[in-house]
Amino acid sequence: MGIVAVDKEAIRKMKPPVVHRGAIGWLKDNLFNGVFNSILTLVFLAFLLRFVPPFIKWAFIDSVWFTTGDVCKECPGACWSVVLKNLRFVIFGFYPHDLHWRPFGAMLLLFTLLFFSYHKRFWSKKLGYAWIIGLVAMGILMKGGIFWLTPVDSMKWGGLPLTMILSVFGLAAAYPLGVILALGRDSHMPMIRYLSIGYIEMIRGVPLISLLFMSSIIFPLFLPEGVTINKILRAQVAIILFTAAYVAEVVRGGLQGMSRGQYEAADALGLNYYQTMRLVILPQALKIVIPPTLSVLISAFKDTSLVVIIALYDFLLTSKTVIQNPEWNGFSTEMYLFVALMYFLGCFSMSNFSRKLEQELDTDKRS
Amino acid sequence: MTPSESEPKVPFWLDPGKRAIGFQIITCLMVGLLAWYLVNNTLVNMEKQSIASGFGFLEREAAFEIGESLIEYSASDTYAKALFVGVLNTLKVSFIGIVLCLIIGLFIGVARLSTNWLVKKLAMIYIEVMQNIPVLLQLFFWYALFYEMFPSPRQALNPMAGLFLCNRGVALAVPASHPAYFQMFIAMILGLALGFGLKHWVKKRKFATGRDFPVLWPFLGLSLGLPLLVWVLHGAPIQMDVPELKGFNFQGGIMLSPEFFALLLGLVIYTSAFVAEAVRAGIQAVSRGQTEAAMSIGLKKKHILNLVILPQALRVIIPPLTSQMLNLTKNSSLAIAIGYPDFVSVANTTINQTGQSIEGVAMIMACYLFFSVSTSIFMNWYNKKSKLVER
Repeated sequence: MGIVAVDKEAIRKMKPPVVHRGAIGWLKDNLFNGVFNSILTLVFLAFLLRFVPPFIKWAFIDSVWFTTGDVCKECPGACWSVVLKNLRFVIFGFYPHDLHWRPFGAMLLLFTLLFFSYHKRFWSKKLGYAWIIGLVAMGILMKGGIFWLTPVDSMKWGGLPLTMILSVFGLAAAYPLGVILALGRDSHMPMIRYLSIGYIEMIRGVPLISLLFMSSIIFPLFLPEGVTINKILRAQVAIILFTAAYVAEVVRGGLQGMSRGQYEAADALGLNYYQTMRLVILPQALKIVIPPTLSVLISAFKDTSLVVIIALYDFLLTSKTVIQNPEWNGFSTEMYLFVALMYFLGCFSMSNFSRKLEQELDTDKRS
Repeated sequence: MTPSESEPKVPFWLDPGKRAIGFQIITCLMVGLLAWYLVNNTLVNMEKQSIASGFGFLEREAAFEIGESLIEYSASDTYAKALFVGVLNTLKVSFIGIVLCLIIGLFIGVARLSTNWLVKKLAMIYIEVMQNIPVLLQLFFWYALFYEMFPSPRQALNPMAGLFLCNRGVALAVPASHPAYFQMFIAMILGLALGFGLKHWVKKRKFATGRDFPVLWPFLGLSLGLPLLVWVLHGAPIQMDVPELKGFNFQGGIMLSPEFFALLLGLVIYTSAFVAEAVRAGIQAVSRGQTEAAMSIGLKKKHILNLVILPQALRVIIPPLTSQMLNLTKNSSLAIAIGYPDFVSVANTTINQTGQSIEGVAMIMACYLFFSVSTSIFMNWYNKKSKLVER
């Protein structure tokens, strides 16, 4: 074999083939690989070109932002004024106007807590206590009546704070109940097991709306004479009872993921049932199920919108009320798009967080 | 030495067995006590408000109209019949919704795994957006769109022949009734039965003799060809019943109410996003090694899909899929918010008119529990049938 002279300099200077690298190569690999895919790409491009530019023109170019309803009716584009002019009502509902800083503060508190919970390095016992104190403080801010705060009747609560309270308190109260139900379902005692199974399966089998009906029309009959519980609290109880069954199923998944060895090891150490659960099983099982628990929270957040049907002024109903006002009649598309965006941002960030956690918590990456 | 002599006498509260029994008795007593307390309060309250209990009201005249019904119904019929109309409406929207959302969800789930970047991203956006917007909001949105965007029947939009969109609903042209259609339906059932018989026979013969016989084409031929034959024998009727504007509304064809259409659209769009996720997860759950192994033993591409990938993917896909179908059925109860007369909506009207709130809510719960229990019976059967048999 002879030695072949290679002009290394020339090779170095040669550019990679255009059709395999760079923008063209990417297009070829990802959009036009094969006849079928090329047709698909063209069809979808045509579809996008047909609908996206008119939408952008409607939503941004022709739109009006800070006008009255009458100006909107002349305008060919979107009328975002319906949102911006009524923002305070949409967000706070019928809460007394000069006290809006209180629900605002409550929401701010919640966001702060959520922010700290987002980063795993802040996770500690202190954060747990901070959550408990924070939730109580939120309740006090909303309700008032102690310190110098004027009391606000809970029938006046509404808008975004109500939606958040219903979902956050819903999950917070449903969580311990759900854990107990899950342990009950895994119990060796037949009566306890049947009671838990009966409860979980019954609640999961019926729509939330039937429980909300129950809370709004039947629950008053359950109480002894003279005792009344306000509508929001009753709806909250229904949401808690509903969410608990779903939490229980999620936690049961975690319990089933525990190997028998864990129980046997705990037995060998002479731990009793309570100690085994508290020190060995639950810390591991609950850690596995944090991501699915978050998806229960997402569902709870979306499901709180159902309280509209029993006429609680949550975020969805306050916005619906605005567009029923004659001045703003006919702009429901804009309003609902705004509400959808808010719900989307909430749910999407939670589901992203859950995905991030899933990776971080996966501690036994052996490979 | 017998064990009873060796063991010291244990007090009963330290014996796990006896303690468990005691614990169960206490729990049952507490639950029973709570139930008794609630029932007692309820009875006292009902007596005070002079509410009669029982299901006697079902026999009385309902005295309210229902917007749409699959069976003959008028306000002079009984509550029982009104509620039955509601159940049928729930089943109608759920059934059509389930079929549509399976088809759409399957397509989007597959599109999510496409090698085409644009298609993949669009599918991803669809799934993420639709999953994260409450279904009730979606219902409101579509319903409002109907009333605000679509013109009155006089100026109805007519995007294609035989389809009219207006604020009174969607009018569709359907084939005009002809005796041929019923016979075609019978022929199709017959064809399907013959097709399945053939499939069974082919499988049996293959197991016995190893000889193959094509199934797909005869199957399609029987199930589609037979009805087609009947149609041609009847002289191929193509008369269509096209909706026509008469007075203030359309006559003829099929008229879908805005309520039904908005409910169906919202439920299908919301649920199909979840179905798509389930399909994607199921297909991804089959490891690449399975495809490679199948290729290495020389299976053809269609056999790889039929015999290796799909059976494994389906095992993963079916359970979440059934729960999504159940969710769609349960979410159809939101119909009450936009005024579609489903079971919950009719039951709610009944409660408002008769004051029989306990019976009404109990019926709503019983109805949905029936759906979910029958689904879970099916699921248990399916799980048993498709369980992975390991060595």
